[in-house]
Amino acid sequence: MSSRERILGRVRRALAEVRDEDAPVERGYLREHGARSVAETVDLLAENLADYRAVVHRCTADELAATLGRLVGERGSTAVAVPTGLPPEWLTATGAEQVADSAESTPYELDRVGSVVTGCAVAIAETGTIVLDGGPDQGRRRITLIPDHHICVVRVPEQVVSSVPQALERLDPARPLTWISGPSATSDIELDRVEGVHGPRTLEVVLVGGDRPSAELNTGDS
Amino acid sequence: MRVALFLTCVNDTLYPDTGRAVVKLLTRLGVEVDFPMAQTCCGQAHYNTGYRHEAEPLARHFSDVFGEYEAIVTPSGSCGAMVRELYPQMGERARAEGRGSGLAAALAPVVPKTYELTEFLVDVLGVTDVGAYYPHYVTYHPTCHGLRSLGLADRPRRLLQAVKGLELVELPGAEECCGFGGTFAVKNPDVSAAMGTDKVRNAESTGAQVLCAADNSCLMHIGGTMTRLGSGMRPVHIAEILASTEEEPAV
Amino acid sequence: MSGTFVGMPVFPPPTHPAFPKAAHEAVNNPTLRGNLRHATHTIRAKRAKAVAEVSDWAALREAGKRIKDHTLLHLDRYLVQLEEAVTAAGGTVHWAADADEANRIVAGLVKETGESEVVKVKSMATQEIGLNEALEAEGIRAYETDLAELIVQLGHDRPSHILVPAIHRNRGEIRDIFRKEMGEWGRPAPEGLTDTPAELAEAARLHLREKFLRAKVGISGANFMVAETGTLVVVESEGNGRMCLTLPETLISVVGIEKIVPTWQDLEVFLQTLPRSSTAERMNPYTSTWTGTTDGDGPQTFHLVLLDNGRSDTLADEVGRQALRCIRCSACLNVCPVYERAGGHAYGSVYPGPIGAILSPQLRGTASEIDASLPYASSLCGACYEVCPVAIDIPEVLVHLRERVVEGGEAVRGGNKVLLKPAKGHAAERAAMRAARWAFSHPAALRTGQRLASRSRRLHPRTLPGPGRAWSGTRDLPVVPAEPFRDWWQRTGGGKDGAK
Repeated sequence: MSSRERILGRVRRALAEVRDEDAPVERGYLREHGARSVAETVDLLAENLADYRAVVHRCTADELAATLGRLVGERGSTAVAVPTGLPPEWLTATGAEQVADSAESTPYELDRVGSVVTGCAVAIAETGTIVLDGGPDQGRRRITLIPDHHICVVRVPEQVVSSVPQALERLDPARPLTWISGPSATSDIELDRVEGVHGPRTLEVVLVGGDRPSAELNTGDS
Repeated sequence: MRVALFLTCVNDTLYPDTGRAVVKLLTRLGVEVDFPMAQTCCGQAHYNTGYRHEAEPLARHFSDVFGEYEAIVTPSGSCGAMVRELYPQMGERARAEGRGSGLAAALAPVVPKTYELTEFLVDVLGVTDVGAYYPHYVTYHPTCHGLRSLGLADRPRRLLQAVKGLELVELPGAEECCGFGGTFAVKNPDVSAAMGTDKVRNAESTGAQVLCAADNSCLMHIGGTMTRLGSGMRPVHIAEILASTEEEPAV
Repeated sequence: MSGTFVGMPVFPPPTHPAFPKAAHEAVNNPTLRGNLRHATHTIRAKRAKAVAEVSDWAALREAGKRIKDHTLLHLDRYLVQLEEAVTAAGGTVHWAADADEANRIVAGLVKETGESEVVKVKSMATQEIGLNEALEAEGIRAYETDLAELIVQLGHDRPSHILVPAIHRNRGEIRDIFRKEMGEWGRPAPEGLTDTPAELAEAARLHLREKFLRAKVGISGANFMVAETGTLVVVESEGNGRMCLTLPETLISVVGIEKIVPTWQDLEVFLQTLPRSSTAERMNPYTSTWTGTTDGDGPQTFHLVLLDNGRSDTLADEVGRQALRCIRCSACLNVCPVYERAGGHAYGSVYPGPIGAILSPQLRGTASEIDASLPYASSLCGACYEVCPVAIDIPEVLVHLRERVVEGGEAVRGGNKVLLKPAKGHAAERAAMRAARWAFSHPAALRTGQRLASRSRRLHPRTLPGPGRAWSGTRDLPVVPAEPFRDWWQRTGGGKDGAK
């Protein structure tokens, strides 16, 4: 008998006397917590991202290239990893060498790249989470992992949802997903949270959209 | 209303003062209390140590003795929880073992009408000011089964706050177990004693003279630790505080 | 490389003292007590705050419980569905009935790649089966990459907590371990390393970087497996998980069969309750999900090893099976007053604390001294049940397992029904319980005993010799009153007319 048959047999015997109640599970919990306007949801996202030490910036579509150029410049990175489907106009104000995401590049090569710029699939306001699904503007999982500085662009409000249940509805389980809530962190020393272990130690999130001027909305820099 | 006092075997044998206090308090509040002489033990120690089958006849006996009363009042959170939370589980287990629903049916009548003392006062009698007088600094330890199994919540505190002369001080780490746990206290003496010591140290840090709780088993452990540590504090059951009046103050 | 100890303890442990004996040392170790107290109290307050933030916590907890119960009651169906989905997505599914089989499968798969080292994501299942030691025996070196696991591995130590295996170590001890041991395993600790957590985390980052970049084989567990899609989920904080799950060419995941949830939607419950219960965060820094393999992104070879190792035996127990709902959040450990004082090592298992006290004696059986003592390692205070995000009634299962220990009875071991004998060492207790039951069934006998105690009360000592020292070593005995209550009641007619 194979172990597969052995295990399934044991499971079936264990359940032999169980009454089969195949009723659907009741879901008495909320689809989202609290009622908010679209603008308030975006504000909550910014607040929660910043609360877990992501640096949040807000700008209009017109200001995006300049914002990204400034952020890469301030970081001092000489090379930026770029997903193949990232809109080229995003990086027109960036002087750093652009390293295209490719199947051939090795982890060692990526380790020499200072920053990475990506889009995202969805962002969750209640938890301050951005989710990457490997789409054309996000690239392979490793390009947002090995460089120490990740700049993620979120199109607001269309990419923002309130809650975890709403995010799962939008996501395709067949794609490899990475949910990111702040820079890498650990609670392993005395159960106290410190930021900065293996993943990017700096996470900057640019909320792009709307027509409000960037100056007064610079949530995360304070 | 026919109200029975279920004093518990521990109180009957070791803490008759608590029993007298309950009688005095309820009588003062106009409740006629009966003490059925056939009562013994709810079976908790047996059940929680793994002797469920030894506990079953005791539960049946409890139901025989108390079944006819309209309310059963007990000055013990853990014995109250035994009846209310674990008697139904015992009945269910017997049923699942193919022994029919006889036990469940026998125990069912006493489950909903068993009340821990502070519950009975606040929920059934609807009083929080019982006219008590107790001029001491008191800190209150919510015992685990009262707190988590019965959900006594702030009832004991509300009763204590209404006592004339009583100064209630918050106990740090109040909701942490004192370390008694029935046979746990002797099966795991080191951990039990460490928990007891921490509880006493926290109580001492309040500056209170009295540590009050609604369960004498826990107070036996805490009090025994207090005298061993040479603490100046005293353990007192809440019934004795609530029974104390200006005319007849408790010592 | 010294490499004398790479793994976790063998499971089950050959000889581990009973819990009270093992706890004795921990209780009397002031450093350990201080470390545990500090860490558990820190996280306790944070968890309470994180949970209070969501207004529907009770409903999420109830849904989590129901989803897991439903899954367990149809586990055969969901296992087959999962296998089909993983296979369709390009993965290979293996079945392991016990630890040895799982270890053989994994070692064989690593050998097929021709590699002699692997990087590992923290995984309870691989700790449970002692995978690192099994691989070492086959000439394969396993590097733990979770910070706490690294501390344990470098310190030749044993894990003492589910979420934070090095919880028993403080920052100073961690610095000393890093300074002394890192050089033996790879990149040494930076010169002048201090004990600030940020510097210690940085040291781990530098030390492990080279291992991540060159790794060809990664080994993981999983927090969840989705039956309908074949998706695996790993919830983590540091990014070491992402490194192990995406950089290697081959990924091997060893996962307990109870980790299934039926649907993608079901994750919406656990991705809310797990982070808040474990690290007290709204969301943990990183969650990775993958379904089989993805062309050109991440490992191109994926193996899933489904592990039974006592789980189906546990499933057969109507009361005990609720332990299989566990999502390994550790909230019950952090809130447990016994764990806080005894420490994780006393539990003699990779699963310490309240959940360990009900899981180990079910997965391993109650035959050994430690396993027979674990159900008693609790005061039944109920704090664990209160915080459990899948509402496992741990006190109920503890009492149920106590019954199994003292009364024996039917159980399933290795898929077969067995009749367990009562454990040794409980004969005197059993006799006492029977005698007490007899007395309590005969009120007159009880009364005689009470009177005897009262009349001889002046002769009673406040401390006891022999076995009685278990109580009176640290606590005085209560003074027996002059008369029991029932005598007073009868003498005074219930205190009528102010009678004393």
